[in-house]
Amino acid sequence: MKRLASAALAVMLAGLAVVLAWTVTRPVAPGRDVPALIAGSLDASGVSHPVTAVLLNFRGYDTLLELVVLLIALAGVRCLAPLPPPRGSAPVGGVLRELASLLLPVLVLVAVYLLWAGATRPGGAFQGGALLAAAGILALLAGRDRFLWRLEHLLWPLAGLGVAVFLAVAAGTLSAGGVLLGLPPAHAGTLILVIEGFALLSIAVTLVALFLGTGELEDREP
Amino acid sequence: MTGLPLAPDLLLGVALLFTAWRALYTRALFPAVVFFVAFGMLLALAWMRLEAPDVALAEAAIGAGLTGALLMAAVARLRGRDEDRP
Repeated sequence: MKRLASAALAVMLAGLAVVLAWTVTRPVAPGRDVPALIAGSLDASGVSHPVTAVLLNFRGYDTLLELVVLLIALAGVRCLAPLPPPRGSAPVGGVLRELASLLLPVLVLVAVYLLWAGATRPGGAFQGGALLAAAGILALLAGRDRFLWRLEHLLWPLAGLGVAVFLAVAAGTLSAGGVLLGLPPAHAGTLILVIEGFALLSIAVTLVALFLGTGELEDREP
Repeated sequence: MTGLPLAPDLLLGVALLFTAWRALYTRALFPAVVFFVAFGMLLALAWMRLEAPDVALAEAAIGAGLTGALLMAAVARLRGRDEDRP
């Protein structure tokens, strides 16, 4: 029976592989040269890196919904458990403590750099946010968790800020007579930086909160 | 793609399949997580070889780094539970 199930799974996976291979070889948008389209309208996007232009300008709607998905994931985890209280200065080894004090400023700096670099080269809010979250997790592991006192009260404002700013920009462009998230070319660069800056903060806070996650889950079980 | 560049790429592909297999089929959870993180880092290299540095950055930071940290935390929690209830 188990062998039959394995064989069925193998056949299904092989079928999936065939479908995927077929999809990859097909053009993304038949009859339209998408890379040329993007390159042609790059000047109006406010940034010079095509990936950032697509993520934050041409398809900003998708990125907005990605941030909403993160927020919903956080809501799901928070339904299960509150944030654990800080343990104060936990007894951690000297190496970890010293390494954290060396790495934390570097991590924060590189996270901000990634955000800034996103305009002209690979980088952006998600990568920078993940790095900033890594800094937060390193701080937690090294016993520097006093920021949890503040996070407890500020979690939702901070986690929701990215989506809120994104929505505010969307409402602004809509009420200014444009279309939803149709950034005006003159201010697109600034708007993208503002959106990404707040998104970076929200992503980092959300990921750290997800890591803290189900801290009290065990205590609730009988 | 001719002779010389092909060899490292093949090695990368084989290493990816190997780490994926070990991550899935290693019985002990902690080594499995280590293999998962190694898989993520190798996948980031593969994305670089495919000239997709944006995806490579995201994979290294989120796929290998943060997911690895989440899985490590989960393993630590599971271990604590096993010791509580032998």
